[in-house]
Amino acid sequence: MSVQAVAFYLLALVSVASAGCVVAARNPVHSVLFLITTFFSAAGLFVLMGAEFLAMLLVVVYVGAVAVLFLFVVMMLNVDFSEFRKGFARYMPVGGLVAGVLLIEMIMVSSIVATRGAAARNDAPFVSGAGISNTEAIGRVLYTDYVYFFQAAGLVLLVAMIGAIVLTLRRRTGVRKQVIADQVGRTPATGMDIVQIKSGAGVPE
Amino acid sequence: MIGLPQYLGVAAMLFTIGVFGIFVNRKNVIVILMSIELILLAVNINLVAFSVFLHDVVGQIFAMFVLTVAAAEAAVGLAILVTFFRNRGDIAVDDASLMKG
Repeated sequence: MSVQAVAFYLLALVSVASAGCVVAARNPVHSVLFLITTFFSAAGLFVLMGAEFLAMLLVVVYVGAVAVLFLFVVMMLNVDFSEFRKGFARYMPVGGLVAGVLLIEMIMVSSIVATRGAAARNDAPFVSGAGISNTEAIGRVLYTDYVYFFQAAGLVLLVAMIGAIVLTLRRRTGVRKQVIADQVGRTPATGMDIVQIKSGAGVPE
Repeated sequence: MIGLPQYLGVAAMLFTIGVFGIFVNRKNVIVILMSIELILLAVNINLVAFSVFLHDVVGQIFAMFVLTVAAAEAAVGLAILVTFFRNRGDIAVDDASLMKG
């Protein structure tokens, strides 16, 4: 077996095993950590295929942002997670059945597509030749033919960001806050009283 | 020789594990969101594998868009989850029937 084959089977084994642990782990914190392992080995598979840019993107976006977001939420919510394990055994048979059927169907279809489809002629993976790196090849297509889709993707992220902020923003009542405009807008007429006090009479309330 | 079928097989297994996770963790909405991430990862592996073996870089661009949508979906899903937890005090989605008339 070549080095590439050994690396492929190792990464595939790790990614599938840790994906199984994501689903089966009792503690959701462990689930998130296994999810990070899955993403790392999937990034390794991408590197093996020659898609270096997407591999790095996967590490940055998923491990750096999404998984950390999951970790924050899991640790922030104070929930008894052992409650959730109750339905596990009950839903196991039907879930296993559906998953098994789905797996068999997908393996059949993908083996047919891979052996008889358009990709069957090119059994060698695409190596970006002619001095063009993978990143440059993606950039040349992304910023020309797909520039509107690229802008739309940015818009999707903007809407998601605004949505997340609107959903989680909470206006608290009964909290005294500093109002800068009121402070700056004070004049001597509103901020000060001049009283004449007779001697010996004191200041009335 | 590692070809297209092997990569498609890994993607199929990840997809199936994601579907299985949605079935068995019906109450735990956090694990359901993570299963959806697994499913989208499987889709990405499929797209990249076909892109590489068809010698066409467009598949990788679509994988990037899938990545974008997955990140947005995770952010909004977790925000909804936090709001739900604030209103209810727990995240058992099995009996989430607040919107029932």
